[in-house]
Parts: sequence; C-alpha cells; structure tokens
Amino acid sequence: MTPRKDLLDIQSLTDEELDFILTNAVPFKNLFKRSVKKVPTLRGRTVLTLFYEPSTRTRSSFEVAASRLSADVINFSVNTSSVVKGESVLDTISTLEAMRTDYVVVRHGMSGIPNLIARNTTASVINAGDGFHAHPTQALLDVFTLKEVFGGDLRGSRIAFIGDIQHSRVARSTNLLCRRMGMSTAMLAPGSLIPRDTPPEIAAFTNWDQVFAWKPDVIYLLRVQMERQNVPFIPSIGEYHRIYGLTDERLKRVRDSGIYVMHPGPVNRGVELNDSVMTYERCLINQQVENGIAVRMSVLYWLKPGSVEGTGS
Amino acid sequence: MPDSAPILTKQDMARCIGRLAESIRDSCPGDELALVGIYRRGVPLAERVFTLLKSHYQSLLLGRVDITLYRDDLKNLEMMPKLVGSDIPFDLDSKHVILFDEVIYTGRTSRAGLDELLDHGRPKQVQIAALIDRGGRELPIHADFVGEKLQVAPHQRISVCFEEVDGEDAVYVREGGRR
Repeated sequence: MTPRKDLLDIQSLTDEELDFILTNAVPFKNLFKRSVKKVPTLRGRTVLTLFYEPSTRTRSSFEVAASRLSADVINFSVNTSSVVKGESVLDTISTLEAMRTDYVVVRHGMSGIPNLIARNTTASVINAGDGFHAHPTQALLDVFTLKEVFGGDLRGSRIAFIGDIQHSRVARSTNLLCRRMGMSTAMLAPGSLIPRDTPPEIAAFTNWDQVFAWKPDVIYLLRVQMERQNVPFIPSIGEYHRIYGLTDERLKRVRDSGIYVMHPGPVNRGVELNDSVMTYERCLINQQVENGIAVRMSVLYWLKPGSVEGTGS
Repeated sequence: MPDSAPILTKQDMARCIGRLAESIRDSCPGDELALVGIYRRGVPLAERVFTLLKSHYQSLLLGRVDITLYRDDLKNLEMMPKLVGSDIPFDLDSKHVILFDEVIYTGRTSRAGLDELLDHGRPKQVQIAALIDRGGRELPIHADFVGEKLQVAPHQRISVCFEEVDGEDAVYVREGGRR
C-alpha cells in the first residue's frame, strides 16, 4: 500500500485501501464506549472544513471525528448565498495554504472542485460531496453499516435505492461501492430522476410492487432535494409521497419482509418517508450517523498530508 | 528465520516468565488484579503469566491494549499501521493493573500504554512488567517486574519470539534498528 494524500472518490480506492479503512473503523467505533472517547493521534494537526453548500450532518460528523482524534477543527465559512466563481476557490486555496492546514474537508455544488483543490495544496483533501459526482465517506459509512448488519460478507445481498437518483451523489457513490462488494442493486424513481447512463444490469423500477417482488434486503431512501427542484422533476411533493414515499402501508410490507431501511439524512418527513419509519426497529439511520464518525476517523487516520500531490482520479 | 543462536532459549524464556509470575504473586497478594498486555508481544506474555497465576487468585483479569493511536512517532511513519484495537473487557476503576511489554527500552511504549490505560478508566495502581529490560530509558519510567536484564549495544535489537506469534519461543539479539 502506498501513502495517499486525498480521498476524492470511491473508484480510485484499491481493495487494500478499502479494507484498511473499513477494518480500522471497528476499533475507532469501539472508542465510543470508553469513558474518554478521544485519542491523541492527530494532536497538533489542523482540519479545516470548507463547505460551499449547506450541511449539518456531514460537517458535524467530520468535526466530531477530527476532535476525537485530537486535531484542531476550523470551520471556514463560505458565503453560500452568492454564486461562487472558480477564481474565488483558488483564492481560498492560497489562504488555506498560508494557514498550514493539514486536512481540508470540502463540499461544493460543482463536480470536480475537491479535485481542483487537491491538485493545488499539500494538505490532504477529503471530498464531502461535490455536485452530482461523489460522496465517498457516505458510501464508506453505508457499506460499513451494511457489513455490521449482514456480518461482513455482502455478496448476494440486495439493495434498492428509492428516490432522486439523478441528483444524488450518495446514490452514485454508495451504489458503486455496494456493487463492488458483490451486492445486487436496483432503483425506483420517477422516470425523470433516473440517470440516462444507468447500466442495464441495474434494474430500474417504476413502482413499489416491483421493488417488493425483487425481494430486497435493504431499502435505501434518498432525500428529495428540494433545493434542486427549481427545474421541476416531479409534479408535486404530495404526489411524490403517494407514489414513491415509504408510507405506513408500505412500511407494514417492509416490516413483514424484515427489510432494513437506510437514509443518508436529513430526512423530509412526509415526503420520502413517514414518521413511523423513524421508530421502525430495522431502521438503520442512527447507526449510519454513529458509523459515519468512526469511518471518518478511519479516513483521517489513513491519509498522509503532503505525501503525494494530487493523487486520485 | 534465526540469523544467530538465541540469547535465551525456550527453557530460559520459560524460567524468566516463571520468575516474573512469582514476583508478581509475591508482591500482589490482593484481588482485583488485572494483567494487560501491550499489543503485540506483550499480549502472549500477559497470557502466559495469567495461566501461571490464575489458580492463585480468586479473580484474575486479562486485557489487551493496542497503543498505535498513542504512539509519539506516527508522523514519522510512511504508512499508518493497521489497528487491532484494545480489549479491556472489565471495569478498570479501582483495579490493580500490571502492564506487560516484552522488552522495556526507551520507555516510550510503556508511556503510550499508560496513557491509553488511563483513558479507559481510573485504576487504583499501575505497574509495569517486562520480560527483558535492556536499559536505555529516554523517559522517567521504570519496570516493576523484570524477567531478565540484558546489556546490548545501542545499534542492536532484542527480538523476543513467542510460539503464538512467531512460531517459536526464543530471544535473539540482532543487528540494526531500535527496540
């Protein structure tokens, strides 16, 4: 295994690196049971979070992960209301170079921005979501959670993604990693929200009956991205809920079949799911949040700032 | 694998471990005793002592610490080591803990082990046991229980092999590297 500077996507991870991250996440998660949850590993290092898009969950998850490794965490506030131009990203890079940051966690609405930053800094760059491209730590925490539930070997398990596949970097990254782990994947979405480049081996369904007939082990609900609906892809929220949402009636069928439910958060209650889903005993949403911290600690531990410039695809 | 004759044979090692166990038994009469091995070769050492002592105590506890996350030299490593994780399956509070390392040298491993231990709880007392003490401390740390003292040159390395990890019980002095 050679040292890596950045984590920009799932594709560029080797099997060995994938195994390193997922295996180390287990002892990191065990730290949460101790009286002192913090280890001194990254003492004196600085982690900067640079979010050009709003985020509560991912950002705070990285903050908790970095703090538990004893790194100093700095939130770099970015004016999210204005359209951020390419120049200002480069300006920001030179600022953070001057701050001698060791790790930069980036989220940006444009695909490829983390890549651009990674090529222009010696700090380790972690992609926390760029455009419709990738969200690698989400995929890693999802697969880590699935491995906990299914006992390590995911080959042959079936997962169906439901919702806005087109705009979801989560669906893209997690789907990719699930398939790499040997899972079968399928999707259910309005025709307007299924990407045109979907490979034929991924089943694309148009209604829940087809999903149930496919006998999934896990249902992965995606958030309806209200902020991306300025061009309407769905006729109305109410109709979306009726046709694609996990309603009480569908939850009953999910429960009867023992299907697990996942969601990357934050959930829109009454849109992609109903309140009752949150108390369903096989709902893995909280487990995903907890595992997110352990997996991000594992990623921070693995990366080597300044080691190689601009690796990754 | 051995590049020279062992400085301690299997029999010598067994004697050393026996001596270690005996001195622990003599000076720790009470209960609430916990033996904690520092991963990696402190673990089989603690297990051996545990086997020798368990009949002498009403309850003797056994644990393991992986000190990787507490090392002071991580920045200098090219690659981060894979983690094994610590396993302390009991409440450490008010326990008398003996921390095991196969060789005590600079004291840095013991320092890391101590720090990690104290993040798991608040033991009543902590002592350090080593199969071999080779001197050369860089930190104010001393071993309370020692199996054997060896004098070797600074450029030499003492490598302790355990059947469970290395396929044989023996101690070698090798050229090059610290430890």
